[in-house]
Amino acid sequence: MNSAFLTLLRRDLLLAFRNPGDLSTPVIFFIVTVTLFSFAAGGDLDKLSTIGPGVVWAAALLSAMLSLDGIFRDDYEDGTLEQLLLAPSALSLLVLAKILAHWLSTGLPLIAVSPVLGILMNLDSNSISILVVTIALSTPVFSLVGAFGAALVVTQRKAGILLSLLTLPLCIPVLIFSVLAVMASASQQPVGGHLSLLCAFLVFSLTVAPFAIAGSLRLMAGD
Amino acid sequence: MFLWFHRLGSARYFFGLAGRLTPWLGSLAAVTIVTGLYLGLFVAPPDYQQGDGYRIMFVHVPSAWMSMFIYVFMAFNAAVGLIWRIKIAHLLSTAAAIIGASFTFITLATGSIWGKPMWGAWWAWDARLTSELILLFLYLGFIALQSAIQDRGKAQQAGAILLLAGVVNIPIIHYSVLWWHTLHQTASITKFGVPSIHSSMLAPLLLMWVGFTFFFFYLLMLRARALILEYERSSRWVQEAGAVK
Repeated sequence: MNSAFLTLLRRDLLLAFRNPGDLSTPVIFFIVTVTLFSFAAGGDLDKLSTIGPGVVWAAALLSAMLSLDGIFRDDYEDGTLEQLLLAPSALSLLVLAKILAHWLSTGLPLIAVSPVLGILMNLDSNSISILVVTIALSTPVFSLVGAFGAALVVTQRKAGILLSLLTLPLCIPVLIFSVLAVMASASQQPVGGHLSLLCAFLVFSLTVAPFAIAGSLRLMAGD
Repeated sequence: MFLWFHRLGSARYFFGLAGRLTPWLGSLAAVTIVTGLYLGLFVAPPDYQQGDGYRIMFVHVPSAWMSMFIYVFMAFNAAVGLIWRIKIAHLLSTAAAIIGASFTFITLATGSIWGKPMWGAWWAWDARLTSELILLFLYLGFIALQSAIQDRGKAQQAGAILLLAGVVNIPIIHYSVLWWHTLHQTASITKFGVPSIHSSMLAPLLLMWVGFTFFFFYLLMLRARALILEYERSSRWVQEAGAVK
């Protein structure tokens, strides 16, 4: 592992922990959205357990997207991104460091609170464990796909809605198989196939996304 | 061959070429669409299950073909534009986006109009309709991204990258939706999967498809000409052409 990668990772994590507000907002948004749904469904526990996985999923996806909006913009505005573009190490690797830092600071908290939300949504313990596994497998994919969208809109000041429009359709396959896995486990069916597909999405996006992101950044912020 | 390819990249040459092609494409589109509609609406026999209701197929199916063809066409142009830095290719994908989005919308609208009498509902989360809806979102994302970026060159290149990412994802999205549909949907939907289609219905369908393709290229040439004029408005040949008229 090269030292530029580790330095950038440490810097981004440090920045995230020096701004506790930014760190906690996605988690709070996640919890509040799921709570809103239980009010909207009328508090009926049976109904909640049927729509529960979907609700937790959609909320996780939205809060990941909200936090991704600024992943490159702050660096673009203060000139750090320019230095990264000029740096002698591979841009795709540096991009990967930024995404890893983002996932550690926003994805992990989502995984940590998801069992509690599963209980609120009246899921049984087996489904909750599968829910946590699927969220753990998919939040990195959201970070990678979302970072691609964020790189395309890096020069736009208010791009939150545009970013969602660009990246949410690309996240639909992940959403489908995660919810299918949770539903399969709720009805005592094997979940291995769905989880393997989620792993495949993760590996695929991990392989391709850093290059697409590096290309987009070079294009959008290059000159 | 290569020289011709090179000349095609010049906005001025392409403007003239598109201007000469437009009347041909337009009249070919008109002839094939009118013949196709006549054969489809008056000559083809009613379906043994759906009666006359199936005739919306002659608009629905060619639009669905076009919606996918145009996305691939745009992605192809995006690749050409990114690799060989040909501006006309980027311009063509920009020009095609709204036409593609319109064909996708027509597919969705005619699909749900068709679905109302056949399925009993305006909308079913049928795999093909759902993929088509996601395709519409992809088109809208491309249009929104291009209109959000001020610098035209960057807007076109960002759009091209998005198109390439989209074209990689379309098969993944399509098969995910297909599996989701077969695993998830419990209500049985009567599919119109007739094993073989009779030639009296196939002929108008193919004619409509050819006609829609000509119509697409006709609209594309019109829009491309308008975009060229807009982009090159400060160049000398456009101003001279404007002064003559």
